[in-house]
Amino acid sequence: MSDENSYDTGSLPEVTRNSPPVVVCDNVHVRYKTLATGKKLKLGSKDVMTRKRELREVHALKGISFVAHKNESIGIIGSNGSGKSTLMRSITGLTPTSEGAIYATSRPNLLGVGAALIPDLSGARNIILGSLALGLTRDEIDAKFDDIVEFTGLEDFIDLPMRTYSSGMSQRLKFAIATSVQHEILIVDEALNVGDKKFRDRSEGRIRAIRENAGTVFLVSHSMRTIKDTCNRALWIEKGELIADGPALEVIRKYQAFTKAEKAKETEEEPG
Amino acid sequence: MDMARLAAEHGLERVGGRPSLPQYVKQLLNRSDFTYTLAKYRMQSENERNRLGMAWVLLRPSFSALIYGTVFGVIMQGATARPPDFAPFVVIGVFILEFFNTSMNGGAKSIISNASLVQSLPFPRIVLPIAKVFQNLLDFIPTLLFMALIVIIFGARPDWDWFLFIPLVFLFWVFNQGVAFIFARATVHFRDLSQVTPFISRMIFYTSGVFFDLKVMVDKIDPSLQPFADWQPINNVLSIARGILMKDGVVPYDYFWHLAIWAFGIFIIGFVFFWQAEERFGRDE
Repeated sequence: MSDENSYDTGSLPEVTRNSPPVVVCDNVHVRYKTLATGKKLKLGSKDVMTRKRELREVHALKGISFVAHKNESIGIIGSNGSGKSTLMRSITGLTPTSEGAIYATSRPNLLGVGAALIPDLSGARNIILGSLALGLTRDEIDAKFDDIVEFTGLEDFIDLPMRTYSSGMSQRLKFAIATSVQHEILIVDEALNVGDKKFRDRSEGRIRAIRENAGTVFLVSHSMRTIKDTCNRALWIEKGELIADGPALEVIRKYQAFTKAEKAKETEEEPG
Repeated sequence: MDMARLAAEHGLERVGGRPSLPQYVKQLLNRSDFTYTLAKYRMQSENERNRLGMAWVLLRPSFSALIYGTVFGVIMQGATARPPDFAPFVVIGVFILEFFNTSMNGGAKSIISNASLVQSLPFPRIVLPIAKVFQNLLDFIPTLLFMALIVIIFGARPDWDWFLFIPLVFLFWVFNQGVAFIFARATVHFRDLSQVTPFISRMIFYTSGVFFDLKVMVDKIDPSLQPFADWQPINNVLSIARGILMKDGVVPYDYFWHLAIWAFGIFIIGFVFFWQAEERFGRDE
């Protein structure tokens, strides 16, 4: 774990001390009720008639509390299924909290514009539609249009229908549109791992720029390098609980020690 | 540290709340450009997918008019009392009802078929049923011109009355929009409703006087039911349209205010009904 080209992301205490809070999570619990069908039903199975379905409660978040400040860029780390995405969805207000409350200055945005786009239309038209969906005005779009196209690096393809794009190309288009807006609170859920190295670097630069322009960024990622390069603070969530909260490098170190230990335990348990 | 107090001190608001009605209307007006572009682009992409493109906007109702005209005008000739000038009569009925049907069905699907959009971006959700109905209106306008052409072929001649189509289409649009609002929210609560809407629209089709004169029919069943025919909103629209377009048509001016009451009533009820569930759209319940 070398820090040779990590950016100076600023130390946590300074940002925390000097900036006003923008998101406050107060003892957030999220419980889902889902029908557990148990085993997958096979064709002709006798179980179809007997009701084996039961209502199971999943306690996805168990009392998460933290305060996010202006200008912070917060990495969210944790194993798969630990509740990272659930936490992000509750922050946007899409998943209601079962207990506790979330407060924010403005409605946090998920970095996602893909759903607004129409595959049959050209990239250029999708830039207009996507930007309008994000709340830009026509004039703002006119001013930003060329920048967005340039950022995607798709100048030659911008008049072709989006459905003809490769998945990497359309991801780039979506990212470029989504980040062309200055978000007050932006949530990026595993979106930075698209494209080649060059595009990834540029994407991370964009995220930093949003933060520097007085925005707050939440970044969910499994790439510790991405978190290290873009975040100044990290939250580590495991099984719905907040294990660690602090400067990114520190939390990552703890997390990596944990995963190493888990791995060692696993190999120990395996016979042979 | 009391977090609720900290939040209040810095003017943070609770996430997942619903804006007040005036705020909501303001948010919506700010998004009018988005609404319009969404409708326009979606219409273009839907029509570009088919080889005949925009022609389908005209072909679809023409085919249905042909079918119903054949069934009720030729095959069942004796069974129903055929109104005079049956061909333009059916064409006007079928073409106009198409706008209502697409709005109701489109409205019903406007939230549930845009779930991922609703979940990823914040905007007043009412944009979606509005864009959908506006898209249907854009499809409806060439249909109207085509309809005018057909009635001219059958002997009608344009006159000043034809301008009455402007307020008529406007009121019809407002009415359809209100219906779309109601169905848009209702299908979020009862998803199965989207399976039922085709039957509802068929029921409306057969009871609204598309291929028979509702007033004449009601008279035969029970003359005391006449107010029902006079206040049936779809019948209001069809009767006015026929009065305007058909050769010996008489415009029932009364129906204009019947329809206006319906249109604005349903629109306001639908708008408020939709707004009341604003924060619930997109949530996984």
